Amino acid sequence: MSTPNASGWKPGTPVEGHNAMSGPDTATGNRALMLEEPLLFEIGHVETTGVDLPDPGSGANRLGGFERSEAIGLPGLSEPETVRHYTRLSRQNYAIDLGLFPLGSCTMKHNPRLNEKIARMPGFADVHPLQPVDTVRGALEVINELAHWLIDLTGMHAVAMSPKAGAHGELCGILCIRAALEARGDAREVILVPESAHGTNPATAAFAGYKVEDIPATAEGRVDLEALKARLGPDVAGVMITNPNTCGLFERDMKAISDAVHAAGGFVYCDGANFNAIVGKVRPGDLGVDAMHINLHKTFSTPHGGGGPGSGPVVLSEALAPFGPLPYTARTEDGVVHLIEEEDAEEFAKEHFGGALQHFGRMTAFHGQMGMFTRALAYILSHGADGLKQVAEDAVLNANYILRSLDDVLDAPFGPSGPCMHEALFSDKGFAVGLSTLDLAKAMIDEGYHPMTMYFPLVVHGAMLVEPTETESKAALDQFIMALRSVAERAKEGDESLKTAPHYAPRRRLDETQAARKPVLAWNDPDMA
Amino acid sequence: MRYLPLTDTDRSAMLDVIGAPDIDALFADVPEEARLSGPIEGLPMHASEMAVEKHMRRLSKKNLAASDAAFFLGAGAYKHHIPASVDHIIQRGEFLTAYTPYQPEIAQGTLQMLFEFQSQVARLYGCAVANASMYDGSTACWEAVAMAGRVARGKKRKVVLSGALHPHYAEVVRTMAKFTDDEIAGAPPSLTAKPDDDGLIARIDADTSCVVVQYPDILGRLPDLAKIAAAAHDKGALLIAVNTEPVALGAIKSPGELGADIVVGEGQAIGVGLQFGGPYLGLFAVRDEKHVRMMPGRLCGETVDAEGKRGFVLTLSTREQHIRREKATSNICTNSGLCALAFNVHMTLLGEKGLRRLAMENHRLACLAADRLAKVPGVTVLNDTFFNEFTVLLGTDARTVVRQLADDGVLAGVSLGRLFPGSGNLANGLLVAVTETTTEEDIETLASALEEVLA
Repeated sequence: MSTPNASGWKPGTPVEGHNAMSGPDTATGNRALMLEEPLLFEIGHVETTGVDLPDPGSGANRLGGFERSEAIGLPGLSEPETVRHYTRLSRQNYAIDLGLFPLGSCTMKHNPRLNEKIARMPGFADVHPLQPVDTVRGALEVINELAHWLIDLTGMHAVAMSPKAGAHGELCGILCIRAALEARGDAREVILVPESAHGTNPATAAFAGYKVEDIPATAEGRVDLEALKARLGPDVAGVMITNPNTCGLFERDMKAISDAVHAAGGFVYCDGANFNAIVGKVRPGDLGVDAMHINLHKTFSTPHGGGGPGSGPVVLSEALAPFGPLPYTARTEDGVVHLIEEEDAEEFAKEHFGGALQHFGRMTAFHGQMGMFTRALAYILSHGADGLKQVAEDAVLNANYILRSLDDVLDAPFGPSGPCMHEALFSDKGFAVGLSTLDLAKAMIDEGYHPMTMYFPLVVHGAMLVEPTETESKAALDQFIMALRSVAERAKEGDESLKTAPHYAPRRRLDETQAARKPVLAWNDPDMA
Repeated sequence: MRYLPLTDTDRSAMLDVIGAPDIDALFADVPEEARLSGPIEGLPMHASEMAVEKHMRRLSKKNLAASDAAFFLGAGAYKHHIPASVDHIIQRGEFLTAYTPYQPEIAQGTLQMLFEFQSQVARLYGCAVANASMYDGSTACWEAVAMAGRVARGKKRKVVLSGALHPHYAEVVRTMAKFTDDEIAGAPPSLTAKPDDDGLIARIDADTSCVVVQYPDILGRLPDLAKIAAAAHDKGALLIAVNTEPVALGAIKSPGELGADIVVGEGQAIGVGLQFGGPYLGLFAVRDEKHVRMMPGRLCGETVDAEGKRGFVLTLSTREQHIRREKATSNICTNSGLCALAFNVHMTLLGEKGLRRLAMENHRLACLAADRLAKVPGVTVLNDTFFNEFTVLLGTDARTVVRQLADDGVLAGVSLGRLFPGSGNLANGLLVAVTETTTEEDIETLASALEEVLA
């Protein structure tokens, strides 16, 4: 076990009667490096600007009488004030760069800076999506090279690169399934989704016009194969399975599930949010999956950016490949990478695919998240086939290390049934009455950590889903384990101070009820309208 | 491998704690016949930082960067100058490597930024409320159509698309509507100096849930939104205004001010680079607060903490998929957070004064370009009105001209033939966009190149 910290301070050491946070009030409300920062609207001014642009003359215009006459109400700041405003704001954020970020299912791993550098090369950052294709061959090669890695790593047949994020990828996959069914004149109404699924799964199926029905789980946290088989029939378009699932377990029966769904005429969608655990170890294509999105911002380390942008390419089986959306890239035998859009889709399909392409349409303008493709490709090339396998192995090793280091103090509902994959799941069983998972999570903030995923999956009471990822060192894991153990013990002992945690964050607990009851969603100041 | 901190000593010590003989024991649940024994064959092994950078640089060099050419492309993606401090701020690790702000006590940086962003977008659009962003303009457009369906409680099935809506946006709406049974009415635009507002109005009927109009439109013209709004409201339909060039709104009236009910658009032009089409920034706003609970996507709201200090949280999440599952207003789970930050920072640097100046500088140069190109024999400028993008007719297939000029390092614009394949009457049209990055020399280069090719 590592020491709690490097400063020499130990828990319980008296510090002149008070700790670092309970000194006298300050005039500014700041506490040294903890700086309060007003809103832009409180410090900016409509007459201030941080850019140098010429004063417009009053020459003739072609705006046809639509000129703005009213004030817009957009305050500006000079450059130094701008840099300071956002730098001060940034310091109120937790981030992977600051510490372990154990959000289960979110795969918060290190974001290599090489990838940032590459994405900013002018040949990638400064090209327009509608430039003549001869001026963007390198960009098309990036898309195509990444596409082939994704196909090879998943053992699938094709990939749709344009979806903008995981949920958009889910939609793409479900629309491919729907298009394939309609092409064979077989309209079906129902998509089956396990109770433990991400909320996006049922929302996606509903958005694509399907009725959603639950698949029950077994006591050990996996899909109940027999119950699933019993429900399959001519009205079931497909199933959406997350594998590894949201309990952090591999669906052992995946192949049998796929076989049963296929025998009933349906398709298998796999939510690839947890692909990080198995990349290079097993290919979903070998398990009968028909479509799976890959969150490039999870497995392939493109930055989460405080909530996006994501990127969700969808790999497709041979049966679904003809139905993928436009646009797409394809390399012909002469080595040239082509961009296939509405204009040439039909002709290209005739020439190169025997006319088999029956794309379902277009999901977005342009070609998808190019800025994420360059980063993901750089990450994949850095790791290579050997490194990616090591990624999965270390991610799973780290999660099991956490699981087994803490299952004496925290209840691990599926712990007895064997190893977990890339995330360790605990419940709130054994907490003192009145203390909850939320309290423990907020206390982890005081310990200097972002909390784990809370209350998900829904099938476990007070769930805590811990995903360390492979980019954490053993020393970092040991300190995290020590902190979580300490907080878990306090939760079991009934330490009331957990209820008011966090005590040391930029804000104490925020009143979410008030936020929703009387929504204030924009700055409103009569003087600045 | 440089991104993996564990040593072999660590690994075996950890396996001992776990009680597993080897790493494969942890993968016991993966059926053995599916488990790969070694690295996937035929794929390259790991590579050094230097080697990867070299490979990627080689690929990047195969592209012609916009800044290395006389550049006139627009059609939903615009080349503007981005101040250096914007890129610096979005690369701060606290913003770049943070997650969605679900733990507000340690995410006030992202949350306050989103609140500022929402406020900026709402003001720019003339709306009451904007959300925390969508994937891009085209998907925001579809989400607006889907929202109009919810407002109409599914009783109205017809969606009237202006012919001069960006064809990719129209294609996304058509694609999605196939699966929701909405009836989409639309046609390619006609090449007229003014948009056909009356023709559009004539297509609105009692079964229409919404009318979708781009402002400025795909040919660069300015439709009369106020007149279309009045006609739509007369029939109980919502007006969805789509804007793909936010800089324009520094010069022209906001869609909200003109009566649009939902305003959506692409925010890329402010703070976000071209990046071959993504990631971009979908903007989404409603004019009237009464529609807030029908909106898709994340919303950030103001509140207080336990000590009474102001703070911000994600709110009204009962509309969203992680709470409502199949009953959610959208399946969207992410936004375009870092691009929203770039927009927020760039807009703060501009301020109202800078935005207005930027807009007028774009317009001044665009007028200059239109006047110069009109003097090229064989070139006609179509538009009566425009902001920084207009259509010229070349008397020959513009696609061929664009390719020819590209060979000489001139990126002349977007041919209507590429945007509207199969619409033969549009094939001679070329969309020309001009921004503050365009020089008078660039305009002269384009004009002379066209003179040569069309001679």
